[in-house]
Amino acid sequence: MNILFNYLIFPGFIFTAVAGLFASYVDRKVTARVQWRKGPPLLQPLYDFVKLLGKETMVPVGASKTTFLLAPVFALTSIVIVSTIVWNTLLSPGKTFLGDLIVTVYLLTIPSIMIILSGFASKNPLASIGASREMKLILSYELPYLFAILVPIIKSNSIRLGEIVQYQWTEGPFIGSVSGIIAVIVMVLCTQAKLGLVPFDMAEAEQEIIAGPFIEYSGPPLGIFKLTKWSMLFVVPSLTVLLFFPALNFWGNILGYVILLVVVVLIRNTNPRVRIDQAVRFFWTWVTLLSLISVVLASYGL
Amino acid sequence: MKLTLKALTKSIWVFHAACSPCNNCDIEILDLLTPRYDVERFGIVLASSIRHADALLVTGFPNYKTAKKIKYLYEQMPKPGVVIAIGTCACGGNFFRDSYSFVKPLDEIIPVNAYIPGCPPKPEAMIMGVVKLIKALKAKNK
Repeated sequence: MNILFNYLIFPGFIFTAVAGLFASYVDRKVTARVQWRKGPPLLQPLYDFVKLLGKETMVPVGASKTTFLLAPVFALTSIVIVSTIVWNTLLSPGKTFLGDLIVTVYLLTIPSIMIILSGFASKNPLASIGASREMKLILSYELPYLFAILVPIIKSNSIRLGEIVQYQWTEGPFIGSVSGIIAVIVMVLCTQAKLGLVPFDMAEAEQEIIAGPFIEYSGPPLGIFKLTKWSMLFVVPSLTVLLFFPALNFWGNILGYVILLVVVVLIRNTNPRVRIDQAVRFFWTWVTLLSLISVVLASYGL
Repeated sequence: MKLTLKALTKSIWVFHAACSPCNNCDIEILDLLTPRYDVERFGIVLASSIRHADALLVTGFPNYKTAKKIKYLYEQMPKPGVVIAIGTCACGGNFFRDSYSFVKPLDEIIPVNAYIPGCPPKPEAMIMGVVKLIKALKAKNK
């Protein structure tokens, strides 16, 4: 019963969805204010989602129907599980299992993989281009992301999320050290790519390939994909909060998350989109170099 | 059904189908997204794929090249969805009515829910047209 409550209501599905809707609202509102507009009302993401649930579902002729319709469900499920693990750890770090950091990192790539699968399953040439771009993007950002995650592992000498949090509660957050700052910068850059936001939104570049992998989606599956995207906007930065600056209580963590969210949104609004080859070069040279420096510094205890 | 209809009127994603216009109406449509009018306040955003759209904005008159395509587009739009004819050309052909390439008026090809005349219509006129359409939809589904 408690597990069901955890996965479905409090740090699980309902909480993640509500927080994701709110994060999406903040994103759109800040974007509007940056562009000197007024922006949508508070309930706008909810209206969008409910509207999509009421629309007709279309499956293109020749598409793989099962993959096409199940991909959004798997993406949403994995992100809900990640959210449950991350926020349960932030609330009560004593009750975690060994190796949950590895599980989290694996589950965080599932939505991207589902986006790739759905793009190829829809039998649309533009969706295939978007899916292949997403694949190249995963190959480029995963390596620095993992290196950045190595920093808290080296510092706390544990792969258990709860121990990482407890270590920081007693010894001070990792962002206070040189390697921690560098790793957070790398994490923010990778977050931008993981969430598919500008400057790394070439997978669903609206102006050139319409909507990338989502081009053929309509109705409820599109709504679930949108909800997944919005939940990722909540979950991926909160993992960074957990690894580098967890606060002692719930509202402190939310505050840390909101600060990170505003940084992400401001990066999104002040940059142009880069090409996929530029993105791969950027991640494989500068960001990987930065993350390697942070790992080396962390292993020397800095 | 009632709830999704209410949500639909609060979040209209429009797809902009240029059906051989002179681009004047299109520029006026883009004006709606600028800070002065900012229709995102009402949840109206420009969708890039027809599969995401709730409203099809048609500008220009249907000729031999575009008449078939506008029909395909309408069939691809997930229902419930509406069609809005923007500009005098889309409403009835304007002075292209006697042109050699004119096929037939738009509302004989696809069902049109709202007509916004003008050459080009002002952004205020378009907002008013959308408001009237929403009111009519609400009254019909009461």
